[in-house]
Amino acid sequence: MNASAHIRYVLRLADTSLVLSQRLGEWVGHAPALEEDLGLANISLDLIGQARLLLTYAGELEGRGRSEDDLAMSRDQSDFLNLALVEQPNGDFGRTIVRQFLIDAFQMELYEALQRSKDARLAEVAARALKETRYHLRYSSAWLVRLGDGTDESQRRVQDALDDLWRFTREFFAADEVDEEMVRAGIAPSLAEIEPRWSARIDEVLREATLKRPADVRYAWHGKRGDHSEHLGYLLADMQFLHRTYPGASW
Amino acid sequence: MVIVETDRAAAVWHVLSDVMDPEIPVLSVVDLGIIRFVRWDANDELHVGLTPTYTGCPATEVIRGSVRRALSRAGYANAHVDTLLSPPWTSDWLTREGRQKLAAFGIAPPAEPVSSPRRLFGEPLVACPKCGSDSTEKVSEFGSTPCKAHYRCTECLEPFDYFKCF
Repeated sequence: MNASAHIRYVLRLADTSLVLSQRLGEWVGHAPALEEDLGLANISLDLIGQARLLLTYAGELEGRGRSEDDLAMSRDQSDFLNLALVEQPNGDFGRTIVRQFLIDAFQMELYEALQRSKDARLAEVAARALKETRYHLRYSSAWLVRLGDGTDESQRRVQDALDDLWRFTREFFAADEVDEEMVRAGIAPSLAEIEPRWSARIDEVLREATLKRPADVRYAWHGKRGDHSEHLGYLLADMQFLHRTYPGASW
Repeated sequence: MVIVETDRAAAVWHVLSDVMDPEIPVLSVVDLGIIRFVRWDANDELHVGLTPTYTGCPATEVIRGSVRRALSRAGYANAHVDTLLSPPWTSDWLTREGRQKLAAFGIAPPAEPVSSPRRLFGEPLVACPKCGSDSTEKVSEFGSTPCKAHYRCTECLEPFDYFKCF
């Protein structure tokens, strides 16, 4: 097995959780109600917990002595391998919920399958993350239904967000050589097997939310290959500024 | 020999039963069910297995420190605190005493086992820890810590925390 593919695969999982965690953290003190402030912060906390375990593991696989902090704080944009969806700006609360719903539904199916990975470390992290992700999906689905099947204004906003963010979902299932190699090694599940399960869940919740599923797109973003939208650089600047200005700072 | 080993472990469990959760100070780490084993390795060094509740729970680091300090104070200077990720923690591991202490503290304990088939259908029935009424409603899936949700009693009108089934 190709060691570098293995590291890249783990980094994709780690970075997706880390970047989404950072985005959700931007809501702290700004959410529409205290309950949602706590809700989004709690999801962010779960995601950063997952990212820490995965980054630590990626550092071990790499074997160059890089810690979770080194990997989170000292890599540049093109070294981040997160899905492009999660770096998209929060927008309004409805847009954040749409983004969360799309990725929660994906992570749930992914972790469900990853529990049976031949990589025992990944299987272990997936089993924990699955329980948390299931809870996140309950939250984001419930809000999507309230907003979609809510007022004309709330429905318009979440439908607009869905129409806009939908193009980033193609990347979830666009398998490249890293994904294929991991499937061959018995480490990762086949994305083609996950897609119908994800799709069915999306349809079920959208129907209840009285939202229209956008048409599928052909173009896949390549966040997981390090090609990002313009938004990631700003996010990293915010996240990494302190560590890069005062390396090793602690308190 | 076996009996001696058991006594020695019981003494450590006793020390651990005084280490409290920083966020829910009535619950010890033993009540929470996060201590998975107490044993000695081939070099006769003590190992305590600790499973974090939620992956990102910030209390985990504090708890690890408290466990180490308590053991050291009790004379186990070189005890190892091993982190176990698998199997993942579940609220089913709360002890019966832990559930009673939670309720007495004003936090509703998990309503039913995670494995219960009733969990497939909608929301659990959560009793108000203040007045005991079943007429309660969920305010938010998330509360003041990762392990709790926020509820309200429609009978006595008190808001309260609910320790999630997880």
